Amino acid sequence: MTSVTPDSFSSAPPDVVALGPVPWAKKNLFSDWFNSLLTLVIAGIFSWGMIRLVSWALTTAQWEVIPNNFGLFMTGTFPINLYPRIWALLAIVCGLAGLSWGVLGRNLSTLFSRNVLIGFGVACAFMVLFPPTRPSSLILLPIVALVAGTAAAGRQIGRKFPGVGKWISLAWFLSYFVALWLIGGGLGLTKVSTNDWGGLLLTLFTAVSGIALCFPLGLLLALGRRSALPIVRGLSTLYIEIVRGVPLVAVLFMGQVMIPLFLPLGSRPDRILRAIIALALFSAAYLAENVRAGLQAVPRGQQEAAMSLGLNTPTTLGLIILPQALKIAIPAIVGQFISLFQDTTLLSIVGLAELLGIGKSILANPSYLGRYAEVYLFLAVIYWFFCYAMSLGSRKIEEKLNTDN
Amino acid sequence: MRKWGLLAAALGLTLAACGGSTTTTADGGGDDTAPAAGGSRLDVVKDRGQLICGVDGGIPGFSFVDESGTYSGLDVDVCKAVAAAVLGDAEAVEYRRLDSTERFTALSGGEVDMLSRNTTWTISRDSSVGLEFAPTTFFDGQGMMVKTASGITSLEDFAGKAICVETGTTTELNLTDQMRQLGVDFEPVVFQDADAAYAAYAEGRCEGMTSDKSQLVARRSTLPNPEENILLEVTMSKEPLGPVTVNNDSTWFDVVKWTTFGLMQAEEFGITSENVATFEGTENPDIARFLGAEGTLGTDMGLPNDFMVQVITQVGNYGEIFERNLGADSQFELERGQNALWTEGGLMYSPPFR
Repeated sequence: MTSVTPDSFSSAPPDVVALGPVPWAKKNLFSDWFNSLLTLVIAGIFSWGMIRLVSWALTTAQWEVIPNNFGLFMTGTFPINLYPRIWALLAIVCGLAGLSWGVLGRNLSTLFSRNVLIGFGVACAFMVLFPPTRPSSLILLPIVALVAGTAAAGRQIGRKFPGVGKWISLAWFLSYFVALWLIGGGLGLTKVSTNDWGGLLLTLFTAVSGIALCFPLGLLLALGRRSALPIVRGLSTLYIEIVRGVPLVAVLFMGQVMIPLFLPLGSRPDRILRAIIALALFSAAYLAENVRAGLQAVPRGQQEAAMSLGLNTPTTLGLIILPQALKIAIPAIVGQFISLFQDTTLLSIVGLAELLGIGKSILANPSYLGRYAEVYLFLAVIYWFFCYAMSLGSRKIEEKLNTDN
Repeated sequence: MRKWGLLAAALGLTLAACGGSTTTTADGGGDDTAPAAGGSRLDVVKDRGQLICGVDGGIPGFSFVDESGTYSGLDVDVCKAVAAAVLGDAEAVEYRRLDSTERFTALSGGEVDMLSRNTTWTISRDSSVGLEFAPTTFFDGQGMMVKTASGITSLEDFAGKAICVETGTTTELNLTDQMRQLGVDFEPVVFQDADAAYAAYAEGRCEGMTSDKSQLVARRSTLPNPEENILLEVTMSKEPLGPVTVNNDSTWFDVVKWTTFGLMQAEEFGITSENVATFEGTENPDIARFLGAEGTLGTDMGLPNDFMVQVITQVGNYGEIFERNLGADSQFELERGQNALWTEGGLMYSPPFR
């Protein structure tokens, strides 16, 4: 073995030469006359649109519809005197999120980097200054502190007990049932009819439940479609192709309108449960195809190698094939989750008061007639926030799992 | 393999938990949405202590959610009146939002006790769909909105002028029929979408805008200068809207029907939510019977004898409901028109309470 000098055969990428803003613009925006023209035209159109939008938002728009109905947007017709339960739920979820962040980031040199601190600062300023959240900022600010606190604590715990990740998964799992209890009541708490669940709360609840149900189902369908057993394979393929050939609205209407006709009077499942099942069954078919794509991307040699090591089929799948296949399929799977989240808007046309549905109700209030642009823009920002958070999360997971260079 | 077991357990638990919440709907246990064998829906509602009323939830003036999260509107007030009559509490209502496609299946399947959801009374719905229509609570009809400055006062004035209308609706057909009958040559400007149609009207692309009157009135308040637009005194189609119950349950239908009539009769008697107490011990035998001081009108229907006192105290008479939601006390300032009492030239007419 000859030793090579690291200088001459380094595999590290070449140093990136940092450009100042002026040379950067010259290189990327104004390299020749055509690009310069393009830059100017596009910048002109863009800034004209932005100026129009901003001037509309500051002068024409009447934003009071948002702060006056903020509670409705968040929780629908959920009884106001039971709001402390929603706050408790928010605190639990945020605490767990902080804890998970701390544990996952235990090996980072600084948990609170400059960007994160700026984010916290913006969040706090927003809560203090922005009208809809101002009355609640007494509760929201401690929740931000809770996230920071649990993150710091999680980091310490994660360093001391490396195996704590498993327990956090369990805690998330249990928190779902705590959430169900806090929202729906029972076991000592006042019951809240599912009819009163609404707004963002219902959107998130249906989306989370739908995602949690469709993932295992989609995984099984994908494995079933690649199974060597002809009946399992046939049934999985049939299911996937039938569901993919039907629009989601049709599935939802079937759940809301037709299922009650088949069942005996009185034994009708809850409308929200029906909607969740319809969403999950629908998404599972698409998810199965995403997972199948991942499975097909794993080289056949992997399976042969596993079998020659003496692993049986379940362990081959669980330890060798699936970890690689799911890693490949993450972008597509998260894409499916995002579209499931957005598909919850369809629940408004089957009469559930989720975020879009409650928006329609608020627009029918004579005091806010014609405030379409304001309300729909606000809803769009909320949907964007959650979808972007999901896609950001998936990118982080991809980075974390990226083992090849 | 342990992971799979956990996953399966999770799935089962989730379903069980969600399933558990099904029975908590509306009542907190028991599948009382089904009518007892041979019994009436009235007993179901009484046992439950709550009325389940199907509403739209998104029609200005008829049903919407106000800032405090409570349902309001004319349709909602009808639900409240029935709840006050049966249970003595106008707030004992659970509102179920129903889409137009599922409203009838929800009713016939027993998911809701009654509909109060802008449903037009037609012969096919009454006969083949299997519904019972309680008295009309709002006579809607296709109307015409014009700008005051245009000087148009009748449909004949539209000769050579443009009218905005939504395409593919009965509205468009009614308009052409009506105009052909009158022999008026007008220019229809059709739009796929209501928002675009009203925007074009606001910009002055057409002199007139036609749609259901209640819609026109609601939309008028969103126009730049609402007071510069008026509705012509013309009705091109009949849209009687009222509460609906399911067929073959006369007992329950009678309750809904006579509660609705009671709202009109109260207005005819001049009894309002404010002065109802002064009618206690009245000499007028008609009013004494109506309010349950004499006779057994209420108990004969299976209701408390003073059910109308509860309705009027908690909800008000029809005139109050109308003015509050659509009339002078609301943004819409809709004229009573056909919805006035028969004694004032309208169509609101209650058979006698005796």
